[in-house]
Amino acid sequence: MHESVESAQAALAADALAIERTLAGDRDAYRLLVERYSPNVYRLAYRMTANSHDAEEVVQEAFLRAYQKLEKFEARSNFGTWVYRIAANYAIDRMRQRRNEEARRESPGQIEEGLERDPLDSIPDAAPSPERLAGNTQLAVTIERALASLTPAERVAVVMRHWEGCGIEEIAAALKSNSSAAKNTVFRAVQKLRRALEPFAGGRASAKTMGAES
Amino acid sequence: MSRSSHPTGEELTFFHHERTNETWKRKSPDLRRVSDHLAVCPECRAELARIEAVFAALNAMAVPDPGEDYGRRVWRQISGRLPEKKMTWWTALLAPRRLAAFGVVAAMIVAAFLAGRWIHVGVNMPPAVVQTDEAKTRERVLWLAVGEHLGRSEMMLVELSNAQPRVVGAKQVDISPEQRRAEDLLEENRLYRQSALQQGDTALVGVLDELQRVLLDVAHSPGEIAPAHLRSIQKRIDSQEILFKVRVVRQQLRERRESEPVPQRNTSKLQERNKA
Repeated sequence: MHESVESAQAALAADALAIERTLAGDRDAYRLLVERYSPNVYRLAYRMTANSHDAEEVVQEAFLRAYQKLEKFEARSNFGTWVYRIAANYAIDRMRQRRNEEARRESPGQIEEGLERDPLDSIPDAAPSPERLAGNTQLAVTIERALASLTPAERVAVVMRHWEGCGIEEIAAALKSNSSAAKNTVFRAVQKLRRALEPFAGGRASAKTMGAES
Repeated sequence: MSRSSHPTGEELTFFHHERTNETWKRKSPDLRRVSDHLAVCPECRAELARIEAVFAALNAMAVPDPGEDYGRRVWRQISGRLPEKKMTWWTALLAPRRLAAFGVVAAMIVAAFLAGRWIHVGVNMPPAVVQTDEAKTRERVLWLAVGEHLGRSEMMLVELSNAQPRVVGAKQVDISPEQRRAEDLLEENRLYRQSALQQGDTALVGVLDELQRVLLDVAHSPGEIAPAHLRSIQKRIDSQEILFKVRVVRQQLRERRESEPVPQRNTSKLQERNKA
C-alpha cells in the first residue's frame, strides 16, 4: 500500500517534471506523458466509440489538444485526469459528428442541433464492424448495441463513471454541465441500458437479491 | 429515511458508485440515509441489485489490446504535428541540444573570470561593483543551467525507478528511451562537473560524480534488459539515494538563485560620460 502510494507520487512528480520541460520548449519531454497515458486513453476512447479506428483518432487528437493547451494546465492537477477529460470532450464531438452524418444519410434535411436531441437515440447500431463481430458473445453484441443506443453525453457519462471510476464533478466538467445534470445523465444511461440488458441483468439481479435477503 | 420514503433510482445509482469510496459516509449525509434505508428495505435492496447487475453485465464488453508499443506508436504519429513551444531567452539558451555547447562555454567563462580576478589583484582596480555583478550574472546562469540538467536527470531517474515489465513474467524490459536520455545527459554532466570543480563547489561535484556513475550504467546498458538487471539498477538508484540528492541540490540551486538579487548593470560611468 505504502509502496503504491509512493510510486503514484513518483509518477505524479515525473509528470510534473515532464510538463515543466515541455513548457520550457523540450518537445521530447512530452513523449513521456504520451507513452504513459496512451493505453488508458485508448481504453476510454474505445468504450466511447466502440471502434478501434475512431478510438485511435480520439487518442491522437486528445494528446495534440493537451499539448496545445498545456500552458493552461494547473500544476496541482493530475495530467491523466486532464487528458481523459479532453479525450471525452473530443469523443463526444466525434460521435455527434458521426451520428449526424449517418442521420443525414438516413433522412436528408434533418439537422440536429443539441446533444440531447440526438436523432440516433433510437437507431440501433445495425452494422457492427467485423472486428466487433469476431469472437463476440451474444451478450457483448447486446452491450454494444445498448451502448450505441445512448446519446454521446450518456455514453461518455457511463463510461467515465463505471469503467474509469470518475467522480460526478469530473463527468460534469467533461460534459460542460453541472453535477446534478451529470448525475441525471448517468441515471438516464443506466435506465436505457437496463431496458436493453434486461434478459442478461435480470437473472443475476434476482440471484443477488435473494442472496442479500437470505 | 423511513421505509416509506424510498430512495430514487438516481440516488441508488449514485450510491452504487460511491459505496466503495471510503469517505462517502463522511461526505454525504444523503448517501448515509440511503445506506440506512437499504438495511431495512428489501425492495430497495432488490432495486439496487438490478442496477448493479446492469453494471456487472457491462463488464463483458472487451476492449482490444492496442499492443505493448502503443504509446510509442502514438508518439510517432503525433510528434511531427506538435508545434514548437515559444521559449523565453533563457529556456532557448538551455535547449537540450545547446546545453553541451553551453556547458563548455560556461566552464570557459568561469575559468576566465577566476583567472581575471586573480590578475586584477594589485593592479589598477576597476570598480569592484562591476566585477562582482558580472560574476554574479555568470554564476546565476550556471546555476540555472545545472538546475535544468539536474531536472532532466531527475526525470530520467524517476522513469527508470518506475519502469517494470509490461507483462508479468516478461523476460525483457524496454528501457531504450531512458537509455538514450542517459547518453545525452552523460556529456552534459561531465561538463557541469568540470565547471563545479573549477568553482570549488565540492558538494555539487560529489552529486554530479554519483549521477555520472548511474548515467554511465544506464547509457551502456542495452535498450532491452532482463528484469533482474533493471532491479539492480533500481536498487542502486535507491541505495545511493541519488534521486533524493539530486532533488536537494536542485532545490539548493534554486534557492541560491532566488536569494541573490538580480545584478543591475552599473551605469554610473556611462551617466557621467553622458553628462560631460
